[in-house]
Amino acid sequence: MFKDRKKLKTISSVSPSGEAVLPSAQYNKDDNVIVRLVGNSPKKQYQVSGIDDVVSKNNWKAWLYLAPVIILVSVFLLYPLINTIFIAFTSNYSYIEGYGTGLTLDNFAIVLGLKQYVVEGTGASTETNFVNYAVPNTLIITFITVPVSITLALIISVALNSIKWFQKFLQTVFFLPYVTNSIAIGMVFAVIFDKQGVINGIFNIDTNWILNADRWTAMIPLCIYIVWQSIPFKILILLSGLQGVDKQYYQAAQIDSASKSKILGRITIPLLSPQIMYLMITGFIGAFKEYTAVVAIFNGPSTSDTSTTKELLTVVYYVYDILQNDALTKIQLGAAAAVLLFVVILLFTFVQFKVSKRRVFY
Amino acid sequence: MAKEYVNFSHVEVNPNIVLSIKEAGKTVETIKKAEKVGKIISTTFTYIFIVALAILVIFPFYWMIITSLKTLDEITGMSTGGNQTYFPEVVMWTNYVYVFQRFDFTTYMFNTIVVAVFSTLGTLITTVFAAFAFSRLKFKGREAVFMVFLATMMIPGEMMVISNYITVSSFGWITDQTLLEAYACMIVPFWVSVFYIYLLRQNFKQIPNELYLAAKVDGKSDWAFLWKVMVPLAAPTLISITILKFMGTWNSYVWPNLVCTDVSYQLISNGLRGSTFTNADTQVTEYGYRMAATVLVTVPLFLLFVFFRKYIMKGVGRAGIKG
Repeated sequence: MFKDRKKLKTISSVSPSGEAVLPSAQYNKDDNVIVRLVGNSPKKQYQVSGIDDVVSKNNWKAWLYLAPVIILVSVFLLYPLINTIFIAFTSNYSYIEGYGTGLTLDNFAIVLGLKQYVVEGTGASTETNFVNYAVPNTLIITFITVPVSITLALIISVALNSIKWFQKFLQTVFFLPYVTNSIAIGMVFAVIFDKQGVINGIFNIDTNWILNADRWTAMIPLCIYIVWQSIPFKILILLSGLQGVDKQYYQAAQIDSASKSKILGRITIPLLSPQIMYLMITGFIGAFKEYTAVVAIFNGPSTSDTSTTKELLTVVYYVYDILQNDALTKIQLGAAAAVLLFVVILLFTFVQFKVSKRRVFY
Repeated sequence: MAKEYVNFSHVEVNPNIVLSIKEAGKTVETIKKAEKVGKIISTTFTYIFIVALAILVIFPFYWMIITSLKTLDEITGMSTGGNQTYFPEVVMWTNYVYVFQRFDFTTYMFNTIVVAVFSTLGTLITTVFAAFAFSRLKFKGREAVFMVFLATMMIPGEMMVISNYITVSSFGWITDQTLLEAYACMIVPFWVSVFYIYLLRQNFKQIPNELYLAAKVDGKSDWAFLWKVMVPLAAPTLISITILKFMGTWNSYVWPNLVCTDVSYQLISNGLRGSTFTNADTQVTEYGYRMAATVLVTVPLFLLFVFFRKYIMKGVGRAGIKG
């Protein structure tokens, strides 16, 4: 049957436990069949199975394997995406009936404060929370925490990479903030920055950081908390990048007796640029979506227990706040804000995609 | 033509110029010694720096533990007359006893474990199936479907919350909610994770094709091959997925907060944030109890980390190279 024995490729089979099994069969790549060798004489060879059923173009079994995932992705990922965009462009969307009265751009205008929000019976009002609080707060958080945390993580990783003793131990210590409950540690930060807390104690001051704090002062513990929480992941990525750097570069630098700062600036950072770029973009995306930190530390969108202003809203918090408190009347505004966030994140993801194709920056 | 050579006897060197070699007068030993001293100094500074930062990083944990052992008077500065101290003056183990009375730790813990177990099981099953189909089976439109899946990774989860809330309420899981319906709300939407499918597919692809062919020779079906060969070989990835999923449930706050109509159906983060720990008589927040509760919420995650450090760091690290 198979005269051209060269076509047969021996199958080196390995049992799951790892031990090698003697080749008992051969695979003919051209005819796509497996031949089992039963005896030594060529006559006794026979074809066990064509594996055509696996390679066939219309494999219903494959769709069966995929069915649960396809259903779940459609219901909980794709449909919501389309539906949220639809809600954002719908006027007078009724959350109970599931449809509105027509397509409009008004929701975006209202969220951005360009148009008044009219409720029948109660009159018109301007929606200011998004423009005055949510967007500025999110931008502050993003442009402070991302550069600070990346710089700190870079310094720590370089230092960690240069030491020998306790390296693994210290690495684990720096990873600890990753494996904590964000709400729990946020509450701890609230105690640390309390009026009677240890921060005021060390600096001998009497500042309100949390309760009844000024909006801008409240940003300080918030940003410190976010940096503290986001450093472990960055160290992990940078350190694995550093450990992958070829030692020859450093040996060459040593021969040229280059200074340490020169080695850092001319070798380490350029070689780590793919990782740094990756961390910057994912960091930006993560910071745009910041929400838990505010809830964890301040237990609400305001520093005061009694006031009704929501000066600590972030973009995502704005969406959740509407869902939780005004889902019946303002859900289309939440959807519009979510779509705006989506567009920004999409833009950043696109940049990341472009950049990660060019992985070398030196 | 004869070559012209410079006659050095006629070259005059400026007597002010002194040629010197930096390392002149030093022997190899002294240079080595100086280098060694420099290295020791720089290493010492690196250690001081890194240990100082490490202390800053673990400071919140330390503060959490000591505050959980303090009396309220001490935390508010009543007994010390000023700011909080670095060590409790009176160690209050009883704070932990009170916490169990104030904070229904066991209920939230139970809810969290149920939700974590079932959402992890569901995710593992769907992920294994999908990764198998994407990595081993060939069918029309495989690449197209996979690209659509990958594209969904770009959608921020926040985008889905609005509509998913409407979806689960249209399933009737919100109105007159029972405990089981609350669980369903928190479990079913999280049965799929495109990123884990991607991760496992990469892992499955590394398994040599020869194994698959060998299994075929032995007359094994795809199904048997998947469970007998692929899954055991990909066990480390599956363990990473399980642990990360558990940690995710332990940390999830937003969704349970939205969909649970009864506080007692919520998960541990919600329970922690929702508990007031306010003294009924004085209306003062009992920080000691609150911190004791945060310790209780943090410790299980720590234990998980201690036992599965390798898997967690590997899983998180691999999440980093998804770009």
